[in-house]
Formats: sequence, C-alpha cells, structure tokens
Amino acid sequence: MPAPKKKERPRLAVIDYGMGNLRSVLKGWNQVGADAYLANEPDAIASADAVVLPGQGAMVDAMRRLKETGFDRVIRDWVAADKPFFGICLGLQALFEHSEEGDCAGLGIFEGSVRRFDIDATLKVPHMGWNSVTFSREAPLTEGFESGVDQFYFVHSYHIVPTNPSIIWFETDYGVRFASGVQHGRCFATQFHPEKSQSKGLQLYANFLLCL
Amino acid sequence: MLSNRIIPCLDVHSGRVVKGVNFVNLIDAGDPVEQAKAYEKQGADELVFLDITASSDERAIMHDVVERTASECFMPLTVGGGIRTLDDIRAMLNAGADKVSLNTSAIEEPELIKQAASKFGNQCIVVAIDGKQCSPGKWEVYSHGGRKNTGMDALKWAQQVTNFGAGEILLTSMDADGTKDGYDLPLTRAISEAVSIPVIASGGAGTLEHLKSAFHEGKASAVLAASIFHFGTYTIKQAKESLRDAGIAVRL
Repeated sequence: MPAPKKKERPRLAVIDYGMGNLRSVLKGWNQVGADAYLANEPDAIASADAVVLPGQGAMVDAMRRLKETGFDRVIRDWVAADKPFFGICLGLQALFEHSEEGDCAGLGIFEGSVRRFDIDATLKVPHMGWNSVTFSREAPLTEGFESGVDQFYFVHSYHIVPTNPSIIWFETDYGVRFASGVQHGRCFATQFHPEKSQSKGLQLYANFLLCL
Repeated sequence: MLSNRIIPCLDVHSGRVVKGVNFVNLIDAGDPVEQAKAYEKQGADELVFLDITASSDERAIMHDVVERTASECFMPLTVGGGIRTLDDIRAMLNAGADKVSLNTSAIEEPELIKQAASKFGNQCIVVAIDGKQCSPGKWEVYSHGGRKNTGMDALKWAQQVTNFGAGEILLTSMDADGTKDGYDLPLTRAISEAVSIPVIASGGAGTLEHLKSAFHEGKASAVLAASIFHFGTYTIKQAKESLRDAGIAVRL
C-alpha cells in the first residue's frame, strides 16, 4: 500500500476562546507550512485538518470560556474520534480531570490532575525560561531532536500529573520530574510553548504537520 | 535543568532603536525588528523593548514595532515604558508582546498589578523596580524613570508585588546602571532571596565576569544587558559559552 500523501498546507483551527494573544501561535504554524486560522465558534473547526488548543492565564477562566463557547464538547468529540490535535500550555492542562488552580474541573479527556509546583523554596515559581525535555526512542514527532539536550520555552506554575504514565510524551526536571508533554493516538500536547522556542519549537510544529 | 537566561534590551524611541547593536550586515540598524532578528539568531533567550517615547500618541508606533517583531521572531518579548492602564496592557499584548513591564504605574496604583495578573495571567506581568542604596544593606525604590524617590523599601516592595501576582521582577540598580562596573550584587541577591518569583538583574554589566557573578553571587534567574552586546564587545553566544565554562546552565 502506498504511503499516504502528505497534505499541502493543512488547515489548522486554532481555538480562540479569549485566553491570550494567538498571533504568535498562528504565525508559528504558518511559518512551517500550515494554513492556520482562528476558530471563534465550535462550527469553525468542522472543516479543519487539525485543531490547536492554545491558552495562557488562569485555568478557571479557561474552563469557563470553553464551556460558554461550547468548545468543551467539540474538543472532547474531536479527540475521542482520534482526529489530529495539538494542545499548548493551558491547552495541555485543560485536558485533565482536575486542576488545583482554582480547584476546578478540566475537560477530563485524560485521567489525572494539575498541581502547583511543590518544590524546594530556592527554585522560583513560575518555572520560567528554557528547559530540556527527555523522551523515549519511540516517542513520535521527535525526529531531529536530542533527548535531554534540546530546550524549549516554559512559563507555568502548575504541572500535570497523569494517572496513566503511558501517555507521557516528554518529561522535564524542575525540582521534580514532571510530564511536559502527552500523546495518545493523534492527540499531542506540550506544557512548553513551541511558538516561543525559536527553531526547535517550529521544528516540532513541522513534525506534527508531517503526520497529518 | 532550567537554563539561566540572557536577555538583551533595546531602547526604542518613536519606533527607532536609540541604543542599538553595531551589527554589521543589518540593512537598517535603527530598525528594532532587524535588531531583534539579529539577537534571535545569536541565541538570545528573550528580548526586552523599552519604549522611551514620551508622548502617548506615539504609542501606536510601538504597537506596530511589536507587531512586526512578533511576526518574525519566535521568542518571548517583553515591552516596558509608559504602560499605565489595563487597556495599555491589553493593547500591547494584542500587538504581540508576551509580557509587559510595569514600573511607575504599579507604584502609584498597586491594584493594577492584581487586576492585570488576574486578567491576563501572572506570567505576563513583570514589575520593574529601580532601586538605589540609602544605607548599607538598604535600598529605596525610585519611580518616574529614576527621578523620584518613593521612600519605599525595595525588599518590601518586591515582596508586595510578588503577593499581588507579578510573575517576574526586573530589578535595576540605579547605582550600578551605566557604570559598566558590574551588577549590584548585594541588592540582586537580597531581592532574589526575598521573593519566590524570578528576578532579572539589570544595570552595570560591562564584562562577561559580571554576568557570571549576577548568577553565582546575585542569585538572579536572568540577566538583562544592553551595551555589552550593542557595541559588539561580546556576542550572546560568547557570553553563554563563558557562562557554561563557569558551570552555569545556559541554552546553547
């Protein structure tokens, strides 16, 4: 059977639910050959090849906006159907059942919770800046990366604690070893911001497009 | 391991770089976007634009600069200078800044920090503190670009802004600024140890040795530097290599 042909300029719906500026997210994806657009309402993702859930700010606000807009339902359906998905930062944390930040429920797509960094007081919170990620040899989309060497830009005070370790895609050390990325089927999400991580971040976006 | 950050700072006036890099090969050396791209290429970890434009009607020019930079650079960008209200913050973030830095407005209205942090997230609210020594081991906070002594204790103010929800402190020593004699290490260390959020050391960098001591002795999370990079004395890469050789974690 011939290999599936890679899509030219796949259409990416970047969910705009009022949680931060999405300009650099759009630019990042477009830079590596996507046709990314902002989706302001659930219907706008129907024709997309992939959905991107960005987000920064407070989890409580993010969840409230996702519910108000109806995006919560369509995201669950999208991921349940194993359609291509990429979550960034809050867009990773929102996939879990519960967050300590504001004691609120998440989308519950993955089992587990989001907890505040409980680490040595000499380490600053937020975890802000460039840190490396480690991954197993079989980890998808890691072509061109060296585990434990390549660094990405992080800024967060809470981290995910997945119940099922098999979904862990990347791990990072910051006083504690935490999951900095998850992957299940065609659902990918990172705690770090690829669109702020210069060439390495764009490379990860490019690798994702290759799997569409 | 988290890398220690090196952050070049560009002073921008009416859309033009005032103190800038002497990079060769730049088509327009006065264009902040060109300079930002050059720094990105050198491996800068973040970038700060300080808007020294006096009048607010020129703010639109800064929005345009930020917008163009954010379109071409894929790295965190902080903008400071003259940001006074939630609307100012929103406009700058919408233009493409990742963080804004507040100084005088935060001093005059500390509530602004709280409101901004809860509205936009603490990750994008940097509070800039200009400190000047008043007696050994004591520093006071100055506002209005260093012209007005507020009489506030710098340590207490740093702890207060942390409690109000600032995500980071940009700490400038007025005594050291412009001297090229090195950062004010006692001040940097005192503030870094007094707060739980990252502290960026600023003011006084003249040599690579100074950058090292800001991390080692000053306990800073990041260093801001202008002239040592602008005048081509060192590239960011050289600075990072020297830090790495001194056992300081950096991204190379």
